Amino acid sequence: MSDSTVVGLHHEEQHHPELLHHFAEPQQQRDAASLGMWIFLATEVMFFGGLFCAYLIYRRLYFGDFGAASKSIDATLGATNTAVLICSSLTVVLAVWAAQIALRKLLIGSLIVTMLLGMVFLGIKGKEYKDKFEEHHVPGASFSFDHVPIPGHPDQYANPRHAEIFFALYFIMTGLHALHMIIGLGLFAWLLYMAWKGRFTPEYHTPIEIGGLYWHFVDIVWIYLFPLLYLIDRHP
Amino acid sequence: MYFSVWAALLLGTFITYKVAYLDLGRFNAAVALTIATIKALLVALFFMHIKGAHEKLLKLVVVSTLFFLFILLVLSMADYGTRTWS
Amino acid sequence: MSMATTTLQPVERENYLNKEYGVGSWLFTTDHKRIALLYLISITFFFFIGGFFALLIRLELLTPASDLVQPDTYNKLFTMHGMVMVFFFLVPSIPATLGNFLVPMMIGAKDLAFPRINLLSWYLYIIGGLMMLHCMLTGGVDTGWTFYTPFSTAYSNTKVVEAGLAIFVAGFSSILTGLNFVVSIHRMRAPGMTWSRLPLFIWAHYATSIIQILGTPVIAITLLLVAVERTLHLGIFDPKLGGDPLLFQHLFWFYSHPAVYIMILPSMGVISEVIACFARKRIFGYSFVAFSSIAIAVFGFLVWAHHMFVAGISIYAALVFSILSYAVAVPSAVKVFNWTATLYKGSIHYDAPMLYAFGFIGLFTMGGLTGLFLAALGIDVHVTDTYFVIAHFHYIMVGGALMGYLGGLHFWWPKISGRLYPEGWARLAALIVFLGFNLTFFPQFVLGYLGMPRRYADYSHMPEFQVLNVLSTAGATVLGVGYLLPMLYFLWSMRYGKPAPDNPWNAAGLEWMTSSPPTTFNFEKEPIVTWEAYNYDELDTGHKQEVKVVG
Repeated sequence: MSDSTVVGLHHEEQHHPELLHHFAEPQQQRDAASLGMWIFLATEVMFFGGLFCAYLIYRRLYFGDFGAASKSIDATLGATNTAVLICSSLTVVLAVWAAQIALRKLLIGSLIVTMLLGMVFLGIKGKEYKDKFEEHHVPGASFSFDHVPIPGHPDQYANPRHAEIFFALYFIMTGLHALHMIIGLGLFAWLLYMAWKGRFTPEYHTPIEIGGLYWHFVDIVWIYLFPLLYLIDRHP
Repeated sequence: MYFSVWAALLLGTFITYKVAYLDLGRFNAAVALTIATIKALLVALFFMHIKGAHEKLLKLVVVSTLFFLFILLVLSMADYGTRTWS
Repeated sequence: MSMATTTLQPVERENYLNKEYGVGSWLFTTDHKRIALLYLISITFFFFIGGFFALLIRLELLTPASDLVQPDTYNKLFTMHGMVMVFFFLVPSIPATLGNFLVPMMIGAKDLAFPRINLLSWYLYIIGGLMMLHCMLTGGVDTGWTFYTPFSTAYSNTKVVEAGLAIFVAGFSSILTGLNFVVSIHRMRAPGMTWSRLPLFIWAHYATSIIQILGTPVIAITLLLVAVERTLHLGIFDPKLGGDPLLFQHLFWFYSHPAVYIMILPSMGVISEVIACFARKRIFGYSFVAFSSIAIAVFGFLVWAHHMFVAGISIYAALVFSILSYAVAVPSAVKVFNWTATLYKGSIHYDAPMLYAFGFIGLFTMGGLTGLFLAALGIDVHVTDTYFVIAHFHYIMVGGALMGYLGGLHFWWPKISGRLYPEGWARLAALIVFLGFNLTFFPQFVLGYLGMPRRYADYSHMPEFQVLNVLSTAGATVLGVGYLLPMLYFLWSMRYGKPAPDNPWNAAGLEWMTSSPPTTFNFEKEPIVTWEAYNYDELDTGHKQEVKVVG
C-alpha cells in the first residue's frame, strides 16, 4: 500500500437538518444544486434551440409567407403576455429576497402572485389558440390559408403550404413553452406548500432559488419568441 | 434595484411592440432582436444573479451553451445561405 | 452474515453488495455502485439484442440473393441493430456502468452529487428500453437508425413514432448522467484533488458529459418534430409540403456526430488508466491528453455536415465542414501518440486489460485514419453509403469503444465484484475478439472500396462480392464467441472466482484504496490527496517521487 495520508474529518457536530449525507457541508450542497439547475437550463436552451434553428431557416426562406401568417396572430395579446411574464419574474426575485430575510408573508404572497400571473399567461395563450382554431389556422386536415396577401406585396398571395409550416412551428414552439409554464406552476405549487409549512429559512431556501432560475429561463424563452413569431412584418 | 430592471424590461417590450409597426425594412428584425437580447441579459444578470456570482463557472456554463447554440444556428444557415452561390 | 464458529471461510466484510438484500434494495437504491450494476445488466441485455440483429444481417449477406429475409425485413434488421446498439448500448455503456461506479471513488467522494437523479436516469433508460422492445416486437422500424425524412415522416408504414419516443426517453437518461458527472466533478472532489491530479478517466468523462448535456437535447427535439409531423401530417421536413429534408439531417447530425464522441471518449479514458497501470508509468503528456479530451468534445460539435456531403448541401458549406473534420482528428492523434510514448521504456505486463488496450490502439488508429479518407470530399463521393463507411465506424465503435469497455470491465472487475476473473480464459477471449473483429470488418473496407452499397439485402447484381461477405460473416461468428466467453467467466467468477485483494494490480487511483468490493460509502474517512496522479514510481519502489512531474 502506498503511503497515502487518509485523515478523517468528523462531521458529528451540528448537522443542518436539510444536509444530505453525501455532502460535507451545506454550502457544498447549495453550490451543487445551483450548478445542477444551470446545467439543466443549458440543456433546455439547446432543446428550444433546435426549434429556433428550424424557425430561422424557414423564416429566411419564406419571408413573405411567414410575414402574412405572423400578421394574423394577435400582437397585442402577445405583448400583454410578455408584460405578464416580466411581472412574474419580478415577483419571483421578490420571493427569493423574502426568503433570504425571513419575511414569510412576503414569500408566500410573492409565490402566489407569481402563480396567478402564470395562469393569466396561460389563459391568454388559450384565447389565442382558440382564435387560431376558429380561423382554421391549426395545421392539419382543416387548415386553410387562401387568398391572404403578403405584407408589402398586396398583389401576391401567401403560399398556404409555407404558412402551414409557420403555424406548425408557432404551435410547437409556444406549445412547448406553455408546457414548461405548466411544469413551472406545478413546481411553484410545491414551493408554496413548503413555504407554508415553514421549511425555508435564510440558511436554507435553495429550492426557491433554483425554482426561480427555471422560471426566469421560461421568461427569457418567451422574450425571444414574442418578436420572432409576432412581429415579423407589422407595418401597414 | 429589481424594480428598475423590471421597469426597463417593460419599457423594452413597449418599444419593441411600437417599433414593429414602423417601416424600417430589414432593420425591423434587427431592432426587435437587439432589444430582446438586452432584456434577456437584464433578466440573466440581475434576476438570475449572474452579475453577483463569485465563481466564473456559471458564466462559463452560460457562455459555452450560447456558443454551441450559435454554432448550430450559424453553420446551418451557412449551408442554406450559400446554396444558391454559383 | 455467517457466525464464525469452526468454519474455514472468512467472515465476509460488509460491502455495498451484501449490505442489504432484496429486490427493493436494488430497485430503489441510491448507491451509485448498485446503480452501475443495474445499468450493467440492462445494457448487456440490449447488447445481445443488437448482436442478434447483427447475426441475422450477416447470415443474410452470406448469399447475394435476399433469401433469408425479405428486403423490407432486412431494412428493419439493420435499423434496429443500429438503434439498439447506438442508443441503448454504446452511448450509455461506459459512462453509466464504469463511470457511475468509479467517478465518485476516483474523486474521493461518497456518492455522486445527485444520487436520486442517478436512479431516475436508470428508470428512464429502462422505460425507453421497454418502449423500444415493444416497438421491435410489434413490427419494428425500417427507416435506418438515421430516421431520414420524408421516408420516416410520410412514407414508412412501420413504428417510427414509437421508436423515436423510446430514444427520446433514453436521451434524457443520458442527459441526467452527464449532468450528474459534471456537477460531481466540479463540486465533490476530495480535499487536495486538484484538476491536475484527476485521473484521465475523469477528464474523459467530463468531456463526454459536456457532449451529453449540450447535444442530446437537439436530437430530442428533432425526434419530437418527426413524431409530430408524422402524426399530424405536417410538412416541416417534407418537400411536397414546402419542407426541407436536409433540415432534419442538420438537426439529426448536430447530435449524432458528437454522439460518436460520447461513445469513444470514455473508452479513451479507460485506455489511459489501463496503459498507465500495465506499463507502470505515468501517462506521457498528461495535460495534453486531458485537454485533448475537451478539444474532442468542442471540435466534435463543428463537423456534423460531413454526413451530408452528397445530400445536397452547398459546396461551400461542404468545404468548411471538410476542413473542420480534418481538425477534429488532431486531438485523437495526440492521445495515440501519448499512449505510445507511455509504453516506451515502460515495464509492460500482458494481462487481459492490457491486451484489450493494445487492440484498441491499433484498431482505433485504423478507424480514425479511414475517417480522414471520408473527410476528403473527392473520396467521400465514391465511398459514401458503401461498406467502407460501415467498416470505418465499426473499427472505431467496436474495435475502439467496445474493446475499451471490455478492457475496463476486466481491469475493474476485482473492485466491482470482489472476485478475480480467470486470467487464462480472459487472454484467450481477448485474442479471439481481436482476430474475429479483423476478420469481420477488414473485408468490409475492401467491399466498400469496390462499391458494395450499404443497407442492401440483395447484392445479386454484384455476385463477386460474395467471397468477402462470407469471410465477414465467418469473422462475426468468431467475434460472437469472443463476446460470449467473458459473459460466462465473469458470471462464473462471482461464485467460484478467487476473492480479490483491495488492489490486485497495485494500481494508482483512489478507487484502489477502497476495499474490494467497496463499502456503501466508499471511504471510511474522507481522503486528503497529497500526491500526483499515476504515482507508479511511488507504488513500485515505496519512495516518494523526487522529481516534480511536468505535463
